[in-house]
Amino acid sequence: MQAYISIKLFASLNRYTPDTADNYPVRPGTTVRDLMDQLGVPVTEVKLIFVNGVKGDLASALNGGERVGIFPPVGGG
Amino acid sequence: MTDLLNRIAALATSGRLPDGTPYRRISVEDIVRLSTAFGVPGRDVEIAALEADATPERYVRNMKTFSSDEQIILLRSRVSIVGLGGLGGAVTEILARVGIGTLRLIDGDIFEDSNLNRQFLSTPDLIATSKAAAAAQRVRQINSSIVVQQYDENLNDSNSLSLIENSDVAVDCLDNVPARFTLERAAKQTGLTLVSAAVAGVSGHVTTIFPEDPGLELIYGESDQRPQKGVETSLGCLPQAVTLLASVECSEVIKILLGKGDLLRNRLFFVDLVSNTMDVLQLLKTS
Repeated sequence: MQAYISIKLFASLNRYTPDTADNYPVRPGTTVRDLMDQLGVPVTEVKLIFVNGVKGDLASALNGGERVGIFPPVGGG
Repeated sequence: MTDLLNRIAALATSGRLPDGTPYRRISVEDIVRLSTAFGVPGRDVEIAALEADATPERYVRNMKTFSSDEQIILLRSRVSIVGLGGLGGAVTEILARVGIGTLRLIDGDIFEDSNLNRQFLSTPDLIATSKAAAAAQRVRQINSSIVVQQYDENLNDSNSLSLIENSDVAVDCLDNVPARFTLERAAKQTGLTLVSAAVAGVSGHVTTIFPEDPGLELIYGESDQRPQKGVETSLGCLPQAVTLLASVECSEVIKILLGKGDLLRNRLFFVDLVSNTMDVLQLLKTS
């Protein structure tokens, strides 16, 4: 069964954004870590993960319909 | 004091807001004159004027978003601005104009050429001079009623408590992660509420941390996972993002001081100007 999520990769991670970011196909149960592997995003570059606007982590499971936001560390001023 | 109130009453004139509401007003020039004559900070003259129902004309466009009592609260408030670069320069400008009565300006650095793209306090003639001195000078130029406390020091574990104590709120305008945690520790120890922002490129975030909140570790992780810097080392910091995030910090400071409005406690206001994304994200995981 195929499910779809939307994914946003911010700041320096923007370059990993897939063409299908608004409707990205995932197998239900895919973790954020799996997703990072699929997109080629080094997990060492990931600082914050949000799923449906709530903080998640690399183990967060995606079942379709989620909005995923991925942030690198940001510290400037 | 009666003398000061009599002088205020004599100098106040009648005016109307753009919507027609009548009010009593007193000019910037008269505030300065009374401050000099009575040997008290302009802030104190302004508080006395507001208590006597005369609005200092410099704050008239703050009304009716703020009541007179709320403007008095702001004038009695003390805010520490820690870091006077991009975020701090814009925060200083906004808080001075809105009428925070005491501003403590903390930064041990001097301006460099590379600051000029985003740091409002920096100008070519101020390269290699003190950021704190430039901030103090800017506040005096904008609003001489404000009590300015200038500290040419960078925050560290030995001076952090004394630098921020006796403030009501601290604003984190720093540029590296370890210094942010130093400030957070000091704020928690002194019972201060902290507003913290960070920028990289045209992205950034803001949060508000009460002393009992988990705070920055929700963003940057446990001590062994924390970077020194973020991706601003490659993306730089752009003025349109810096200024936007500084504005959000000031909005939080004002709401904290007035005790009204929604705060970003355990939440992260996030903005990315590449994709025009703005969101408020929950930092506490749902169980």
